[in-house]
Amino acid sequence: MSLIFAKPGSKVRLLTVRAGRELKARLAALGLMPGVQMEVLSSGQCGPFVVAINRSRVVLGRGMAQKIEVE
Amino acid sequence: MTKKTKITVALTGNPNSGKTSIFNGLTGARQHVGNYPGVTVEKKEGVFKHCGTEINVVDLPGTYSLTAFSIEEVVARNFIIEEKPDVVVDIIDASNLERNLYLAVQLMELGVPLVLVFNMSDVANAMGLEFDIKTLSERIGVPIIPTVGHKGRGLEELKETIISVAQSKFKQKIAEIHYGREIDKEIAEIEDLIKNNDDLVEKYNTRWMSTKLLENDKIVLEKVNSDEIISAIKKAANNIETIFGDHPEIIIADHRYGFISGVCQETVKSTAEARHTMSDKIDSVVTNRLLGIPIFLLLMYLVFYLTFTLGESPMGWIEGGFAWLGDFVAGLWPGGSESVLKSLLVDGIIGGVGGVIIFLPNILLLFLAIAILEDSGYMARVAFIMDRLMHKIGLHGKSFIPMLIGFGCSIPAIMATRTLESQRDRLTTMMVIPLMSCGARLPIYALIIPAFFPQAWHAPMLWIIYLIGIILAIVSAKILRSTLFRGESTPFVMELPPYRLPTTRGVLIHMWERGFLYLKKAGTIILGISIIMWAMTSYPKIPDAKLAGLGPEDAQKAEISYSIAGRIGHALEPIIRPIGFDWKIGTALIGSFAAKEVFVAQMGIVHSVGEADEESDSLREKLAMNYSPLIAFCIMLFCLVSAPCMATIAVTKRESGSWKWALFQLAGLTALAYLVTLVVYQTGQFFI
Repeated sequence: MSLIFAKPGSKVRLLTVRAGRELKARLAALGLMPGVQMEVLSSGQCGPFVVAINRSRVVLGRGMAQKIEVE
Repeated sequence: MTKKTKITVALTGNPNSGKTSIFNGLTGARQHVGNYPGVTVEKKEGVFKHCGTEINVVDLPGTYSLTAFSIEEVVARNFIIEEKPDVVVDIIDASNLERNLYLAVQLMELGVPLVLVFNMSDVANAMGLEFDIKTLSERIGVPIIPTVGHKGRGLEELKETIISVAQSKFKQKIAEIHYGREIDKEIAEIEDLIKNNDDLVEKYNTRWMSTKLLENDKIVLEKVNSDEIISAIKKAANNIETIFGDHPEIIIADHRYGFISGVCQETVKSTAEARHTMSDKIDSVVTNRLLGIPIFLLLMYLVFYLTFTLGESPMGWIEGGFAWLGDFVAGLWPGGSESVLKSLLVDGIIGGVGGVIIFLPNILLLFLAIAILEDSGYMARVAFIMDRLMHKIGLHGKSFIPMLIGFGCSIPAIMATRTLESQRDRLTTMMVIPLMSCGARLPIYALIIPAFFPQAWHAPMLWIIYLIGIILAIVSAKILRSTLFRGESTPFVMELPPYRLPTTRGVLIHMWERGFLYLKKAGTIILGISIIMWAMTSYPKIPDAKLAGLGPEDAQKAEISYSIAGRIGHALEPIIRPIGFDWKIGTALIGSFAAKEVFVAQMGIVHSVGEADEESDSLREKLAMNYSPLIAFCIMLFCLVSAPCMATIAVTKRESGSWKWALFQLAGLTALAYLVTLVVYQTGQFFI
């Protein structure tokens, strides 16, 4: 499913990112890689998402969250 | 082995890894800020001496990787590759080790003399992380120094290590990273081709270069001029995509993380699971959907309240000092005598520059507050909170960070738009940044507000002015985004750094830098313009015949009206009358185009030149006698919105790449200022 449907507090695994090469590599530098475990801290309710990957917190806009497949 | 007496060290690291605290710790106050050639990214340098060796430290911009996505990354990478510093020190936030090691691994690939600093090791230990630094260091072949940057712990050891690495006392055996059999094979093949190409071999590490080529790095690709190599890269990339089903750079990144988690598993012990931290708890309140914006507005109000209340007494002292100085200098001439020099010193310089320096305490307090908000990590939250609103206008939260920097000064703010990926977002943000009221405009408000409004209204008034700026910026951005800069909004990704207690030293250094710039500006640009404005307000002198029969007050009026400034002001009057301004304000507005503070200086000059009595009232008293609170408010409004200063226009031109946008900004904001002030003044008159 898309990250946009993930509930706050849920733990998900990143499958793929549907984005251009450059954006994908930029996300990888932030630790957003296929296979990585993350926890949804806030699903924003029409605001941006906050996810926890290990010890970093990353903000993802809703448009971005839509492009991220998780399970 | 030759012993070097001069060493260059490059400091690199992820944003928010505490790089600045290490830099401050190493170099103390011996810093200087410049620019990298060709680009406007700030280049911070500092020097320290250790055991007879002079060490020059260059603080590179914070980056997450060595790929060339943003200008900061390009600058950092180019410095390391082209300038070949003797040692590269990578500052790592030990509490977020794996992500931070990603950059370290890329530096290892590059094969530069490397030292890793595990900064904030105290935070990491408190989180229940224990590092076997010796084993980790052996596994990767790079020395590791644990530090606590803001307490200065570990810095001596770091200095020792930097020198011994630079003197190559121990030969570095940096571990090689492997990306799996298939990719390693492709890299080796490309490397063979590169090795035959003499131009490339000389300058770059060939394995690193091959890896970058496979990663589709645009800047490295530009350096390759051989079709043979280019087609080999394409073939290799296609091979990898068919095998793995993803682009080579993703597979390579995956192997880097694999390498990192491999070494960490052996050497890092975690006694506690990664739990929700204190930062998360603070965030659940501060970035709350309902509370977020009110908290932001409240904090802003607090900043202005403190700027006024704490600034009042020191301002009084400085004002008293200048008043005394003015009387003292005037007293050097016999009473009632006319002297050009006396007028220049008392009216032009003390009245002009002095009037600007009076507001130094406010400026220091404002920058102190901004530094605290920035260092604590709150600014990133503001971007997050504002994202929902910004999204509605077609930008995203990240655009709000350059806008916040605009509270300090529009110039660094416009430069900061470089972090925005889309050109449309960048231009939109750049155009509206001057609406965020900058530090140079603060003296105008600080002069006017206490002159016209009761004590209880001081802070709210200032807050309202800043809010009007933000609202106008957002509205203008919306208009621009739906007309000139139409298009889809770009994806928003940003790291949320953990909250940190700002250090006294770090905050004071920030504040001092800005305060010093303000004084320097007062002593150079504003001094120069004040002298010009004084001359324009004093000359040409009116013939005595025309003064015959006039009282002292009327004579002063006639004198100023006869001067160049007076004539220009009078010529402007028909245009500015409808917004409530007289010709005196008109002259000050022209001066403020050079630098906003000049408005205050010129108001001082125009109200003191040719004054009859020596015992003068303060400028605020004079203003209160001459104008109504409505006009006062309109002055602030006009200064807030109107034409950005010359320096801002120059930066907009450079950053947008054309005069077109700079002039558009100038004309657009001036028109907007006129319109808004006209509406407020004309409606206001009905009520007052």
